[in-house]
Amino acid sequence: MATQESTAAKMAGSPHGIIGRPVARIDGPLKTTGTAEYAGDFHLPGMVHAVPVQATVASGVLRHLDVSAAQAMPGVLEVLHRGNIERIYRAVPNDPNATVSETRPAFEDDRLYYWGQYIALVVAETPEQATAAAAAVKAEYAAETPDVRRELEPFAGKWHTVSERGKVDDALAAAAVKVDQTYGTPVETHNPIELHATVAAWEGDRVTLYESTQGVVNHRNAMAQILGVPREHVTVITRFLGSGFGGKLFPWAHCALAAVASRRVQRPVKLVVTRTMMFSNVGHRPVTEQRFRLGAGADGKLVALQQDALNHTSLVDAYDEGCGEATPYLYSVPNLKVASALVQRNVGSPMAMRGPGAVPGLFAMESAMDELAVALKMDPVELRLKNDAVKDESNGNPFSSRHLRECLETGSAKFGWSRRTAEVGSMRRDGKVLGWGVAAASWGAYRFACATTVELGADGRARARCATQDIGTGLYTIFAQVLAEKTGLPFERIDVLLGDSSMPEGPLSGGSWSTATVLPAVAEAAEGAIASMLAVASSTPGTPFAGADAKTLRLTEGRVHRASEPAAQGVPFEQILKKARLNRVSADGRSGSAFEDPKARGLSMHSFGAQFVEVEWEPEIARLRVSRVVTVIDAGRIINPRAGANQIKGAVVMGVGMALLEETVYDPRNGQPINANLADYRMVTCPDTPQIDVTFLDYPDYALNSYGARGIGEIGLAGVAPAITSAVYHATGVRVRRLPVRIEDLLRSEIRQA
Amino acid sequence: MQSFSFTKAQTVEEATGAGGRFIGGGTTLVDLMKLNVETPSTLVDITGLPMAEVEKLPDGGLKIGAMVRNSDLAFHPEVKARYAVLSEALLSGASAQLRNMATTGGNLLQRTRCPYFRDTSYSNCNKRNPGSGCAAIGGHNRMMAILGTSDSCIATHPSDMCVGMMALDATIHVSGPKGARSIAIGDFYHLPGTTPNVENALEPGELITHVTLPAPRRQSRQVYLKLRDRASYEFALASAAVVAETSGGHIRNIRVAMGGVGTRPWRAHEAEAALMGKPATPAHFRAAAEAALKDARPQSENGFKVELAKRCIVRALTMATA
Ligand SMILES: Cc1cc2nc3c(=O)[nH]c(=O)nc-3n(C[C@H](O)[C@H](O)[C@H](O)COP(=O)(O)OP(=O)(O)OC[C@H]3O[C@@H](n4cnc5c(N)ncnc54)[C@H](O)[C@@H]3O)c2cc1C
Ligand code: SF4
Repeated sequence: MATQESTAAKMAGSPHGIIGRPVARIDGPLKTTGTAEYAGDFHLPGMVHAVPVQATVASGVLRHLDVSAAQAMPGVLEVLHRGNIERIYRAVPNDPNATVSETRPAFEDDRLYYWGQYIALVVAETPEQATAAAAAVKAEYAAETPDVRRELEPFAGKWHTVSERGKVDDALAAAAVKVDQTYGTPVETHNPIELHATVAAWEGDRVTLYESTQGVVNHRNAMAQILGVPREHVTVITRFLGSGFGGKLFPWAHCALAAVASRRVQRPVKLVVTRTMMFSNVGHRPVTEQRFRLGAGADGKLVALQQDALNHTSLVDAYDEGCGEATPYLYSVPNLKVASALVQRNVGSPMAMRGPGAVPGLFAMESAMDELAVALKMDPVELRLKNDAVKDESNGNPFSSRHLRECLETGSAKFGWSRRTAEVGSMRRDGKVLGWGVAAASWGAYRFACATTVELGADGRARARCATQDIGTGLYTIFAQVLAEKTGLPFERIDVLLGDSSMPEGPLSGGSWSTATVLPAVAEAAEGAIASMLAVASSTPGTPFAGADAKTLRLTEGRVHRASEPAAQGVPFEQILKKARLNRVSADGRSGSAFEDPKARGLSMHSFGAQFVEVEWEPEIARLRVSRVVTVIDAGRIINPRAGANQIKGAVVMGVGMALLEETVYDPRNGQPINANLADYRMVTCPDTPQIDVTFLDYPDYALNSYGARGIGEIGLAGVAPAITSAVYHATGVRVRRLPVRIEDLLRSEIRQA
Repeated sequence: MQSFSFTKAQTVEEATGAGGRFIGGGTTLVDLMKLNVETPSTLVDITGLPMAEVEKLPDGGLKIGAMVRNSDLAFHPEVKARYAVLSEALLSGASAQLRNMATTGGNLLQRTRCPYFRDTSYSNCNKRNPGSGCAAIGGHNRMMAILGTSDSCIATHPSDMCVGMMALDATIHVSGPKGARSIAIGDFYHLPGTTPNVENALEPGELITHVTLPAPRRQSRQVYLKLRDRASYEFALASAAVVAETSGGHIRNIRVAMGGVGTRPWRAHEAEAALMGKPATPAHFRAAAEAALKDARPQSENGFKVELAKRCIVRALTMATA
């Protein structure tokens, strides 16, 4: 086990010390000086602006659209709508390489499925003119009463079995101690600070799309299908992302609208989705409602577990949140059933949000576990240790690397859990009641295919190219670390070029798999480029290495030298390239997905974690704040503990928001998200942020890749909310099963004085 | 946003004669213009007027120019030392960036955060569109008022600063086409009644020039307590401003005002009456809180505010008399 600091210390002395070192992100200065170009920052000559018009009813039919006033307004070039737009094609259903978020193209029919649905698009010279004209478009509706109810039960539809083993009904009936409760999570809106944006520019029949996307390759493929042009005619550029949290995985309706509008007016078009539209048109974490039944022996050993998970979806897509993600393997339990079903509501299509499935799923499961611990009068850490699984009982496979037990034990020690007294409201400090809660966390470990190119140039620089993108987590720096490791060059002499779909195809930024996916490919490409460099050195007359066996040569600290001699006696590689009259040497690196890797076959691969939370409760004024969080993460080897800890801390903060603040509220009468701005939709502010202590266990998982790295983007959010609600219960005696925890709920507490 | 002309006034006369809408920090006005809720054709920038000073008055009171920024006022040494309730109220509001822009005059006239008022796709808002109805009644009403509401409007007055000023018995000084006059803050804000579009006592063209505060009573202690969903950048669910003078364990003088619960910055006269001359005990505090909320009329989602406001008052009284 190692903390951030000791990892650094451990690695500093090793020749490959750059891997595992807490380095600052190489793109940091660009961002802090405002020079990083996000999609909406591109200004092209002759560019005009598009603003969508949104429906103000959530269900019904668009009867009539009057665009005459808008059309006549200053600066307006075009008002596009169902009556005059050219065909927007659908993407091929279930094409994994060309996925879209909302399958229905904009303006496809006259039905209204959700509030805010695009019904027209104004293109004008300036954003202000387009906005004004969009407001002047008049729509007539045949409105119907929308269904935006948060409650998903009663549900009479068909359930789908996700996982099953043993005989759960019998085991539940016979269990000595039971929990049977339903847990709810609300609509959460992704709300990355960077708004979704598209800048589309055609040159003849070729289009360049400056996009805010988590997947330039998928985006290119999907847009080629949607626009009806060959793939090679579409280039997607995403140099930087102001995050996405899943909301930017796949194209939304506005992307096609911007491209089609640009083709129509024959000028570059910029479309920036407004913050209000962010709440209705670009996805959200759906409402979930999950009934959990747990049965245990008096000793606390689980005998039965049943999860029935509903989530809402839109009328145009069947989005399955997958709340059963972590349920089948987290604990040892002989009888288990996980089932799920979808309920349609008049809302825009949901979309994966940080830790989809596992995060709401674990809120329910870990809350139920806490309730079981209370029913058993057993310590909740002990209950989890008692039910730790040694293999994945859903399929019998061993885990590639699982240290949940150590996460819980380490977290307990760091948090001081042994000082906890079990009774509700029994702990005090400085005139406040304290509540302590714990939850386990888990998230899958994945690796997908990746191709990348590395070159060593006559300018003395190493350069990597890959059509993936840095969502803001530090992927640029991961590439740089591998290049630095392999070539010995400092970061100042390394260029990482990402976010361009014309480069070798890399992964989507999703599922926490980017680092694990790119590492083997970039390592292979770097090794290939170095091998090529050494071959050039040995075959170029006039270098000290001419005629030497390339196998006896090395590249260290940017210098080619004999293995038997120190790097200082070698020659900078750029001099050798010059001698050879070469501009560069380069090589491709390619790695496949873990699903096809014999090393990973038959293994269950997941990350694990434990969340320990302290809340402070002032019963006299119903004020509750999260004061302290200790997080222990088992996510393989951590390549950059600084960026890694940043991911975990950010996720914990998001978890505080999920537990206590965030909820998109719909007006039941017209289906409008009524708090669609950053003042009324509450996210955590700095003073709400607890003290956060992050520990990485740092056990390499070599089944996933040669670096032993898994992913860390999502796991930090898993388990935070249930640890908070358990702490809330411990402090107040109020068990909140429907997030977020509100002052209304806390006022029910019978503890009136600290 | 509708097009508008913009002029910068150099003198009070120029401003009041310009026939336009005054703009101070613009944090309310520009926000609502972007939403097309406010559509002035002329904006008169008043930030250059000589009303940006805080001065101590000969009688020991304080004169606050209408252009004094919220941050400057909150950190002014006189305010921090002698009008702590005002400083605390200001600092509990909005964000540092907003407070740096917001002016004293603009804060007094900030508009409600009612989501239906702020969204012109709802034609039914009596405040914006007199006689059209009220979309908030029967809608999402968790943040709405529970005191001073009518069947026409239930919008909360969102200010924290004004609640502090209520408890300090501030006077608002205005200048207009018909000359200058002063209005006690208690008379300044109107209840919505059947005309929620008429929010205050200002006549057309009248400019707020300054606010005066009487000298604080020497023995008084002041507290502003704000309860809200998150720790910062959040409007009050309930807040209380208390200025209390106690001796021998008894309350000799008391001012209680409330925010987050009323359709205007709310002075709790009933609570004050219940406390005058009484021992400063939890039972009397609770009784005062009950009195303050006895006329509360909650909506479907904000019943919790009644109890929360009571607890807020009790805690603020406890702090101010400890
Ligand atoms: C996101 C957000 C959160 C906020 N949170 C809080 C909070 O928690 N607590 C709180 O108290 N406030 C809060 N506010 C409101 C903020 O305090 C006000 O917007 C601010 O005080 C208004 O001052 P201003 O100078 O910017 O006013 P302006 O926007 O310039 O003007 C407001 C109105 O007053 C008129 N006006 C301005 N000056 C004068 C004058 N001298 N004479 C006559 N008329 C005048 C204008 O014509 C306009 O109608 C928040 C605001 C925002 C946007
Ligand atoms: S509460 Fe007042 S401001 Fe809100 S919709 Fe009703 S009338 Fe308009």
